[in-house]
Amino acid sequence: MKNIAFGQYYPADSVIHRMDPRAKLIVAVLYIVCTFLCTNALCFAVLVLSAVVLTLLSKIPLRLLLRTLRPLIFILAFTSLINIFFTKGEHLLTPESWVVKIYLEGIWNALFMILRITILLAATGIFLSFTTTPIALTDALEQLFSPLKKIRVPVHEVAMMTSIALRFIPLLTEETEKIMNAQKARGADFQSGGLIKRAKALLPVFIPLLSSAMKRADELANAMDCRCYHGGEGRTRLKVLHFRASDVAAMVLVVAFGVGIFFLNRLGIGYTM
Amino acid sequence: MERRDKIVLEHVSFVYGAGTPFEQKALDDVSLRISANCITGVIGHTGSGKSTMMNLLNGLAKPAEGKVYLDGYDINTVLSDVLEEWRTRPEYASLSARAAKKAIKAEIARRQRELCFRVGLVMQYPEYQLFEESVYQDIAYGPKNMGLSPQEIDSRVREAAAFTGVEADWLNRSPFDLSGGQKRRVAIAGVMAMKPEVLVLDEPAAGLDPHGRTQLFEKICAYQKQTASAVIIVSHSMEDMAQYCDEVAVLSGARLILQGSREEVFSHTDLLEQVGLDIPQITQLVRLLRARGVELPENIYTVDRAVELLRERFAETGRCPAGGAK
Repeated sequence: MKNIAFGQYYPADSVIHRMDPRAKLIVAVLYIVCTFLCTNALCFAVLVLSAVVLTLLSKIPLRLLLRTLRPLIFILAFTSLINIFFTKGEHLLTPESWVVKIYLEGIWNALFMILRITILLAATGIFLSFTTTPIALTDALEQLFSPLKKIRVPVHEVAMMTSIALRFIPLLTEETEKIMNAQKARGADFQSGGLIKRAKALLPVFIPLLSSAMKRADELANAMDCRCYHGGEGRTRLKVLHFRASDVAAMVLVVAFGVGIFFLNRLGIGYTM
Repeated sequence: MERRDKIVLEHVSFVYGAGTPFEQKALDDVSLRISANCITGVIGHTGSGKSTMMNLLNGLAKPAEGKVYLDGYDINTVLSDVLEEWRTRPEYASLSARAAKKAIKAEIARRQRELCFRVGLVMQYPEYQLFEESVYQDIAYGPKNMGLSPQEIDSRVREAAAFTGVEADWLNRSPFDLSGGQKRRVAIAGVMAMKPEVLVLDEPAAGLDPHGRTQLFEKICAYQKQTASAVIIVSHSMEDMAQYCDEVAVLSGARLILQGSREEVFSHTDLLEQVGLDIPQITQLVRLLRARGVELPENIYTVDRAVELLRERFAETGRCPAGGAK
């Protein structure tokens, strides 16, 4: 368990890594909208091509990206089967006499659905989870939502709590592992026995974990108090986020991409949903 | 007394996060022999692989490469390693192939389970492992897992408590009400109560005051003498190591760079300094005095011993033994 970075952040130096996290968030949302705009084969071909280019730009190994798909394989398979068997169309592929009827349209729909979900996941991975640290992401969210402060939404406080929670996850993971090892060294057995026995065996882990988490939270609160933390008002930040020309360019580019997809749809080349 | 190997590490390597971008080698081709019936010190800086090595000794972690032997038995043995060899042993020879396989598998599992009771590991800051309602129950956790009888558990708890200086009236209190130093003693007692053949202590004195430190180390030494077990102490304090250990191993940057008796290891002043470790101050001082012509033995590791010898010298010559230097 040790050294598992929380989330999936993959450290590298790429154009996408260097982008402003706010810009990345906006671009990610717009790009996902693009995937839903696509309705014909040509559009999907362009979309796939763009995803390949983005993957190359981000310098993330393909293997890592594909790994995020693994938990979805079942859902993908299930929905594409439903698409294949239950879409009615004009081009029947199976003989008339069969009870189960498969239409060409069903296969196209299944393919589009798979591509859409795959690219949607890949895009969130490329723009957000793999290239942006969780802390940068909460920072970006805080700033993007800061207009909501006007209507008394505690944006800063929520962002602060989120980043503290995120920061504590690896700490608690490490601590859990440490305590589990300490109890294993005293002969604790977490693997054998029925459900109740196993749950009971975890008690020697949870109690010290809870006690130390409380202590940690207390200490953190004290440390924040000592440094006169008083919430978001008038607070400056250590890392000021800057929109650069390249960030603006990326946003313009993704909007242009969306417009392009929109017109390609109208051309109606290839199968259209 | 004849030296006997209790634990042997053979070309052991260990890697954290193998296959991820955060891959890190924690141990690199380490071969180490740890003697029975003495105190072995393992020294090294933070991140030199000391704690990782300790987790290998009782099977908590498995080496990526290499073997770890306890009394000559490879602690990470899997069935396929020994199936053919053990099959010919008298206790399995009469069994059918399938029954023998099953019996051998059970035997390996039994030894695996026994391992943590034979090699008792006290982790860094062990006070975080306390969880029971009372100190007594917490010390009894290990012996209970061993499946001992209630009478045996009781006598072991009291023995271990007395040994580590856990007072009788603490036993019914909640471990969470104790002070840091008291908790530390309870945690150590919890491991000692299992009466392990090898007691491993990872930075046992970290965060204790000087008095508590000395007291703790003296208790550990007494424990070693009384039980004739092998004790391994991990520390980065040269002073403590020099004072209490019989043998010393030095780790630096995931590699073992020195091992041997205390005298041998501390004679490699240059090498130790190269990796950023110092020989104990008092040893250094005695070296400098010797260089100035003061007749003192070379290997002195405690201030008490140095003072004693200097006093003797003073009594003999009737003047300050510092070779005339004021």
